[in-house]
Amino acid sequence: MIAYIVRRILATIPVMLMVAVFVFSLLYLAPGDPAAIIAGEEGSLQDIEQIRQSLNLDQPFLLRFGDWLLQILRGDLGTSIYSGRPIAEQVQQRVETTVSLMVVSMVISVAIAIPLGVLAAWKKDSWIDRGVMIFAVFVFSVPVFVFGYALSWFFGLQLRWLPIQGYVPLSSGVWLWLRTLILPSLAMASAFIGLQARMTRATMLEVLSQDYIRTAKAKGLNQYVVLFQHALKNAAVPITTVVGLGIAGLLSGSVVIETVFALPGLGRLVADAILRRDYPVIQSLTLIFGITYVLVNLIVDLVYTIFDPRVRY
Amino acid sequence: MLNRRDFLIGAGAAATAPGLAWAQQARKSRTLKFMTGLDLASLDPVWTSARTTRIHGYAVFDTLYGVNEKFEVSPQMVAGHVVSPDQLTWTMTLRDGLRFHDGEPVLGRDVVASIKRWAARDALGHELMAVTHEIVSPDDKTIVFRLKKPFPMLPTALGKANPTTAAIMPERIAKTPPGTQIKEAIGSGPFRFLANEWVPGARAAYQKFEHYVPRNEPGSFVAGGKRALVDRVEILIMPDGTTGVSAMITGEADALHGIGPDYRTILQSAPGIRLLRSPVPQVMTLTLNHLQPPFNDPAIRRALLLAVDQKEYMTAAAGTNPEDWTANTGYFSPASPMASDAGMEALNGPRDMAAARRALASSSYDGSSVVLLDPANIAHTHACTLVAKKMLESMGFAVRHQTMDFGTMGQRRTVKGPVSEGGWNVMVATLTGTIGFDPSNNLQLQAGGVSGPSWFGWPDSPEIERLRREWLFAPDMAAQKEICRQIQLQAFKDVPYIPLGARYSFNVVGKGVTGFTDELPLFFNVEKT
Repeated sequence: MIAYIVRRILATIPVMLMVAVFVFSLLYLAPGDPAAIIAGEEGSLQDIEQIRQSLNLDQPFLLRFGDWLLQILRGDLGTSIYSGRPIAEQVQQRVETTVSLMVVSMVISVAIAIPLGVLAAWKKDSWIDRGVMIFAVFVFSVPVFVFGYALSWFFGLQLRWLPIQGYVPLSSGVWLWLRTLILPSLAMASAFIGLQARMTRATMLEVLSQDYIRTAKAKGLNQYVVLFQHALKNAAVPITTVVGLGIAGLLSGSVVIETVFALPGLGRLVADAILRRDYPVIQSLTLIFGITYVLVNLIVDLVYTIFDPRVRY
Repeated sequence: MLNRRDFLIGAGAAATAPGLAWAQQARKSRTLKFMTGLDLASLDPVWTSARTTRIHGYAVFDTLYGVNEKFEVSPQMVAGHVVSPDQLTWTMTLRDGLRFHDGEPVLGRDVVASIKRWAARDALGHELMAVTHEIVSPDDKTIVFRLKKPFPMLPTALGKANPTTAAIMPERIAKTPPGTQIKEAIGSGPFRFLANEWVPGARAAYQKFEHYVPRNEPGSFVAGGKRALVDRVEILIMPDGTTGVSAMITGEADALHGIGPDYRTILQSAPGIRLLRSPVPQVMTLTLNHLQPPFNDPAIRRALLLAVDQKEYMTAAAGTNPEDWTANTGYFSPASPMASDAGMEALNGPRDMAAARRALASSSYDGSSVVLLDPANIAHTHACTLVAKKMLESMGFAVRHQTMDFGTMGQRRTVKGPVSEGGWNVMVATLTGTIGFDPSNNLQLQAGGVSGPSWFGWPDSPEIERLRREWLFAPDMAAQKEICRQIQLQAFKDVPYIPLGARYSFNVVGKGVTGFTDELPLFFNVEKT
């Protein structure tokens, strides 16, 4: 198992290198000039030239790429060309927000989607099944920002129950932290709830038609035991895969949701960096997101062994 | 193992934790929460003219002089000045008790280093340095300007509120090269910047500076007594206007800066919310590339004047309520004392598209495509660009409308070459705040062509340049106004650019907050009850 984990981690190195080359080339070829953006709408040509020189943006592609790669290999993410602050510091300031948002979104989506999927499969072809599937298709189809605005209008503006912007760190108190995350997490989890509920239903239907389930029922086992101990455990592998893939979706979703709810997270950092052509920030965050995907996939693969003892590495 | 008593203590603590946190928040009630859509990306008001950095700059840094709401200049950090009879030597004395946020006193050498750094970045600063023989500090409290020729605008240059601000900082920070932004925001203003709480793109925080000594006079804009009446200020960067407006209605923030008129109806119906219309509108312009055909031909530029309908542009940019815009806009901001009606019939007389078509038909225009740049992510600029496209097509131009984001347009507009080499012909731009106030700051009126001072479009008008320089040395306001009339008349002949009108933005202020200035939100003299 340990050898497998080491092999998988080593295999990420060429993947990350390819990601680095691709992102750097793409940004180099993309139109736009960070110096012009920093100078602002009223900046003069002289201002832009001066900024370009001070940021070494006038250097050739290979030189810039080489410098950046060496910096990354030394463990230095570099400095934002827009704010002049170290990127590692900016990531550190914002990572808690994004991780909190993802964790709460994941908890909400799993807590809602899996029972709904199991229920739909159990009550197949009933009005409950149809109702769950209509709900799943609806939440999957509506863009997350629409949900975001709808939730903030209803719970924030109309009922005044929850804040509609900003983030309070966990260190300030669990409830204060949670109340800033409920609306954005609900909005972000919406599409994922739909996807996961449908996947749970489909997998459960397949498992429920297996012989061993019929045997369990014939033995007179309680239907909850049959559903949750025998069926759901065996349906867990594909569901875990969807949950793992969902983390990638949540990272992408954070770009939109953090903007709508003014949360100071990594998603907003990357969105701002793209608009400003802040190349070092985009490159570093792409690498961080890439590493996150790879690690999540590795964890998902390892989790398979818990649900299915036949899986061995 | 957890016993029953430990559990009860833990549960009690958990239950009261939110309450404690709320109590902490209540103690923070003298915190002013200010939202803006524009990031505080740089701490250096000398390095960038970005609006949020200017707001930050006035909280943290002080200036030698300041301008009041009537745009009159008065001493700020200086107690006063003495001008020699030949007007070539200005001797300024610093006020008592001035101290930087790191505890060090403000000395003459700090001022000299700060002024030199600022002058290297500012257009008026350049002009000042061109006539300055030397700036010295003979002792800790005195600064002496020795000039080559009289420069009556010296206090105006050092105290003007339009970018860039002549912020005074410690000598060790002011020694930072002018092209490099400072890393530490240590000034002598009424608020101290809390560097450890700064999250670029999200928030910045300030603490009242207890050792600040305000002038013993009422405050007015950036002049007079600057009193910190709240303990703490938080700037919250709000990327989404709708969320910002909602946060104002729910009372999560105290002020919101720079929103468009779209939200007027919602906010006017919200109890306790006040909308302050900025007295200084943003002037929108049709910027023409003078280096490339067809707009290198003054006859074609003048033909455009016949077709421009400012009302049409402003309705597109700011809506149908005429309180939100001004159509009678010349080459100086309508809020500026330099604005006049000289030659304005060229823009506010009857519009004549047929005459514009005839003028174009008889010009050097050969029917080749005209590239119109459109930064579609700036809503009001995009709206005006669409009107410009329709106008140009109605005149008979073959328009190639190219949509992009500002990041791309910022690069594209620097290209001086022909369209075949990635160049451009026309775009819509904005002169924000007081930039369009006078000839020293109006970037688009700089008409030095490729070799002299000029903005994108590179207009070349020796007469406008001569008048602009003459204005700098005008003895008084009356003389300045007269020169501006002449500049405007000349501008209608040479057409460096075309004013499209001026649109107002709004600041939103919540319940219990008083003292915000209408033009630039400043945190001093703002009270929260």
